[in-house]
Amino acid sequence: MIIAVASGKGGTGKTTVATSLALAISESSPVILDCDVEAPNAHLFLKPQFDQRQQVSMPIPKVDENRCTGCGRCAEVCQFHAIVVVAGKVLVFPELCHGCGSCGLNCPEEAILEVSRPLGVLEAGTAMVGIRFSHGVLNIGEPMAVPVIRQLKHWKPFPNGEVVIRDAPPGTSCPVVESIRGADFVLLVAEPTPFGLHDLRLAAQLTRDLDLSAGVVVNRDGIGDAGVDETCRQEGLPILMRIPFDRRIGEAIAQGRTLVESFPEYIPRFRELYTRILSLTGKRQKATL
Amino acid sequence: MKVAISAVQPKFEGELERRFGRCAYFVLVDAETREWESLSNPAVEARGGAGTQAAQFLADQGVQTVISGDFGPNAYAALETAGISMYKAQGGRVNEALEALLAERLECVASATSPKRHRGGGRGFGRG
Repeated sequence: MIIAVASGKGGTGKTTVATSLALAISESSPVILDCDVEAPNAHLFLKPQFDQRQQVSMPIPKVDENRCTGCGRCAEVCQFHAIVVVAGKVLVFPELCHGCGSCGLNCPEEAILEVSRPLGVLEAGTAMVGIRFSHGVLNIGEPMAVPVIRQLKHWKPFPNGEVVIRDAPPGTSCPVVESIRGADFVLLVAEPTPFGLHDLRLAAQLTRDLDLSAGVVVNRDGIGDAGVDETCRQEGLPILMRIPFDRRIGEAIAQGRTLVESFPEYIPRFRELYTRILSLTGKRQKATL
Repeated sequence: MKVAISAVQPKFEGELERRFGRCAYFVLVDAETREWESLSNPAVEARGGAGTQAAQFLADQGVQTVISGDFGPNAYAALETAGISMYKAQGGRVNEALEALLAERLECVASATSPKRHRGGGRGFGRG
C-alpha cells in the first residue's frame, strides 16, 4: 500500500499530514519517504537516526577529443540541448543533461564516454516509535530532482513495509509526477482558499491524468471560503478529513512537533483516515475533478 | 560581417527582443550590404536549454556577431566558444541596433548578463 501526500499549493500541510498519519498507524510499520528532495523537512519532525546512505548520480557525456571529429551528431540528437558543437569543439552543459545516453549511442566515432555526475544523497534510518524513514537530499544549486526521487523510490534500505507514505513536493511539475507515480492512493492536502482551490484543481487533474485514486484533506478548515468543498462535492472527490485552523497547531508545528504528538486526540482521526483510504482503494474509485 | 539580432517580429524595422534564447525570430543582416533575412528561432518553445539551442543555431548559420538584450551563462559559453561576438542592446528596433553596432555605440558583452534559469519547477508559494 503506497500513499502519496501531495497538494499543488505549497505550505498546505503535506508534511503535517504525512508524519501524523505515519505515527498514527505506527503498528503497521510504515515506511515514510520524504520525496521533497529540494527542501526535505519531514526529518525535523520524525527525528530519524540516519545510518544508511547512498549517493545519487547521473551519467553525463565526456568527449574524447582525440576521437571526436566535430561532426555535430551528438548536438543534433540531444533533446535537451545539453551539447553544442561549435567551431569544431564540443561543449557539454551538465545541468541540462538528463543522462539519456543518446549522444553516446549516436556518436559515429565512439568518442563519447560516460562519467558520473553527483546529484545528491539518500539517507535512511529509524525515527521515533520505530517508523522507518528515508529521504533524498538534492545538492545545493542542482536542478535535477527527478533522478534523486526515482532512486529514493527504488531504494530498499528496509525490509518491505506494509505501508509506504510518500511526502511529495509542492506543485504539479516533474518531481511531483515522479513522487506520486505508482502510488495506490494520493492524498491531496488543500486549504480552503481561492489559491488553495486553484492548485487543488491542478493536482487533482494530475492524479486523473496518471489514473490514480485520490481524496482530500482540508487543512486550516474555517479560513477562506466554501470553494474547495463545493468543487469536491460537484466533482465527486471525497473529503476524508478536516483539520481546523487553530493557532495552537501552528505553534506546535513551528516547534518541530507533529500534530498527533501535540494533540493525541487526532490519533483516532488519522487511523480513520487510513481506514477510509483502504476502503477507497479497495473500490478503486477515481478522482473526477 | 553576418549579424544576428533577436527580434519580436520577422522584420528589419521591427522591435528588438531583449531575450536571447527565447526570442521569436533572429534577423540576420549582412552589415556591408544591409541584405537581411529573418529566421524563426527553433528554441523559442524549448523545454530547457533554449540558450544553448539558439547559440548552436546561430553558429550553424555562420553568424559572427549577435545583438540581444541579455545573454545567460549557457548561451554565453556556447557563443563565446563559437567565436561569436555578443553585444548588448537596451531595446528599440532591429535596424537601429545594427546602426548602433556599426557606430560602435553598443556594449560588447564579456560575461553572462543574466542569471542561470531553470525549467519552471512550479513550486508552490507560502511554504510553511
